[in-house]
Amino acid sequence: MSKEDYDLIIAGGKVIDPASSVNKLADIYIKGKKISKIETKNLIDQKKLKFSKDDRIIDASSKIVTPGLIDMHTHLREPGREDEETIYTGSQAATAGGFTSICCMPNTEPPIDDQESVNFVYEKARKALCKVFCIGAVTKDLKGEELTEMADLKEAGAVAVTDDGMPVSNPRIMRNALDYTKMLDLPVISHCEDLNLSSGGVINEGYISTLLGLTGIPSLAEEIMVSRDIRLAEYTGGRIHIAHVSTKGSVELIRAAKKKGIKITCEATPHHFSLTDEIIKTFNTNARVNPPLRTQRDVEEIKKGLRDGTIDCIATDHAPHSIEEKDVEFSVAPPGMVGLETALGLVVTELINKKVLSWEEAIAKMTINPARILDLNLGKIEKDGPADLTIIDPKFTWTVDTSKFKSKSKNSPFQGTELTGKAWMTIVGGKIVYKL
Amino acid sequence: MPITKLKSKNLLGLEGMSKQEINFILDTTVSFKEILERPIRKVPTLRGVTVVNLFYEASTRTRISFELAEKRLSADLVNFSTNTSSVQKGETLKDTVKNIEAMKIDMVVVRHSVPGAPHFIANCVDSSIINAGDGAHEHPTQALLDLFTLKEKYKNLEGLRVVIVGDILHSRVARSNIWGFSAMGAEVAVCGPTTLMPVEMEKMGVEVFSDLDKALERRDVVMALRIQLERQKGGLLPSLREYTNLFGITREKLKRLNKNFTIMHPGPINRGIEITPEVADGPYSVILDQVTNGVAIRMAILYLLSGGEKKVE
Repeated sequence: MSKEDYDLIIAGGKVIDPASSVNKLADIYIKGKKISKIETKNLIDQKKLKFSKDDRIIDASSKIVTPGLIDMHTHLREPGREDEETIYTGSQAATAGGFTSICCMPNTEPPIDDQESVNFVYEKARKALCKVFCIGAVTKDLKGEELTEMADLKEAGAVAVTDDGMPVSNPRIMRNALDYTKMLDLPVISHCEDLNLSSGGVINEGYISTLLGLTGIPSLAEEIMVSRDIRLAEYTGGRIHIAHVSTKGSVELIRAAKKKGIKITCEATPHHFSLTDEIIKTFNTNARVNPPLRTQRDVEEIKKGLRDGTIDCIATDHAPHSIEEKDVEFSVAPPGMVGLETALGLVVTELINKKVLSWEEAIAKMTINPARILDLNLGKIEKDGPADLTIIDPKFTWTVDTSKFKSKSKNSPFQGTELTGKAWMTIVGGKIVYKL
Repeated sequence: MPITKLKSKNLLGLEGMSKQEINFILDTTVSFKEILERPIRKVPTLRGVTVVNLFYEASTRTRISFELAEKRLSADLVNFSTNTSSVQKGETLKDTVKNIEAMKIDMVVVRHSVPGAPHFIANCVDSSIINAGDGAHEHPTQALLDLFTLKEKYKNLEGLRVVIVGDILHSRVARSNIWGFSAMGAEVAVCGPTTLMPVEMEKMGVEVFSDLDKALERRDVVMALRIQLERQKGGLLPSLREYTNLFGITREKLKRLNKNFTIMHPGPINRGIEITPEVADGPYSVILDQVTNGVAIRMAILYLLSGGEKKVE
């Protein structure tokens, strides 16, 4: 191959592409924004690689090359709270965490509930380091009363609808949303929380809430809504995706629903498979999140659900909050934690290295699975496909230092945690946007 | 080795406090109680020490008790009370305490409706922090004064059978007392309506009852908690009337108790609701002793946290 045939070669890496069941050494040739060749036979010689003066050849030996990671649950805070995160800084955090695509949630100020606001996001996203997809609101102003103009939202580029953070309490509205989106083929993402049951709650209801005298959020608050949404999905035939599953009961309900053939998918966050409410004993406000951190028994079931395929995706629920907002009494602090820059490390440390998931399984939940749910033509490595790639150093051990985060916000309970595995290079549309 | 000072410069709660340390506080309290019985009830022990009483939640008894304790010890004191929590707009709790500390103070007594608020303050400033009640979490000086009161009567609390009756869910007094009593070797039970019983309560090492008669069986100490009218509005109780029928401590109920039993209540009492007046005022009631001892306990805590190695004059 002559020099002119490529702009970049990712050479000598172990390529894991769950979509095509590839797991072997390969050289990936990139031309422009696309992958031009996947060479598995005539690999560039190791010696040549070491001493090559061609800076277009990336030595990825001992690294893992995967399709660019996709986060289907990101809060970017723009418009409204640009002091906490912007679409641009969120994309910096994303690429530093190995993500090449992120999907921003509509609960901004004002919310993303019409074509104009979707256009605003895509306009801003043109300068972002990664691809940004917009998720629109289910109801106007996230009030849970009137449906948004979802055909308009879709036309402007929204890939799903949700009132994340403000659950659709009225089952009739949720039913209508599921019916209406059928003709648009848009998935509805549901934040499952019965607001009457969770009222006043700030942490999981369990021994820790009893111990600390903090008002608890029972797992029931989530499970009742998961049950409701399963029935609604079954009845309407609409596509439901359950966001941030946090309880054992929810995993069991979704497992049973899938067995019955109901169109349902779900995601779990890294914090819900890595942490329990025990860490709140010190009143660490960075551990306040919604749904709350649960118990070991819930963590175990989430891992089981990830393993048996009940849980389709791993999503961050990246939720930036300013230091001032979090530097207050526990119950006063807003829920949420940043996650883009720790997600991959937690997946490798907690799931892959602990044999919960294989590399293929874990990567599928961060690439092709969310891509399929959102109908994105991404999340795979194929000739002529977009050159969105994540190169992972699977052995790299590092300590989380929030002061080094690219995100504008530092609200992570993982500060000081030692993790293994990190994005070593992130490539979006053939362009290197991050290098460790 | 006998203890000569407390482990922490703060008193945030009784969870995890050892029997030895609690006994050290109770023993120190004896000499302060003696001061309260003198004709001139004032000593110069904390002269030059400045204490700020920071009350973010209404309180009469605890605030007066702390104030008197500070005055009896000749400390300089400043009161700050507000009913607005920092949830409202305005200065954050952190800024408030940092500003107060900048005025050169030594100790902060804090009452706040949010669990963990005193712990949060302790992380913000260098002064000693005394928790005077944080939400439904802890109220350590209350539990210490309860232990002191019982120790005056029983000498040894080992094996003492105690039951706390009422709204356990919202009670910081219950939680601090469970830790305190358990550390002292007492057997603790809690009893209350199932809607006012926190989940997984047994894990705190207590027996849990919703049948008052069973809970009172062979008990030495009954502590009734204040029941609040708001619980009815919150849908947790059908009526105070029904609460009284099921959980009110009446003279009739006392028959189930061991001889030489004791009736306690942290106050303020709803007479005729959680406890009948005749029981509250009976000869076995130590409710007013609890109040007296509250001042002595708080004097001891202020003294010990301010350095506390100087001899009491």
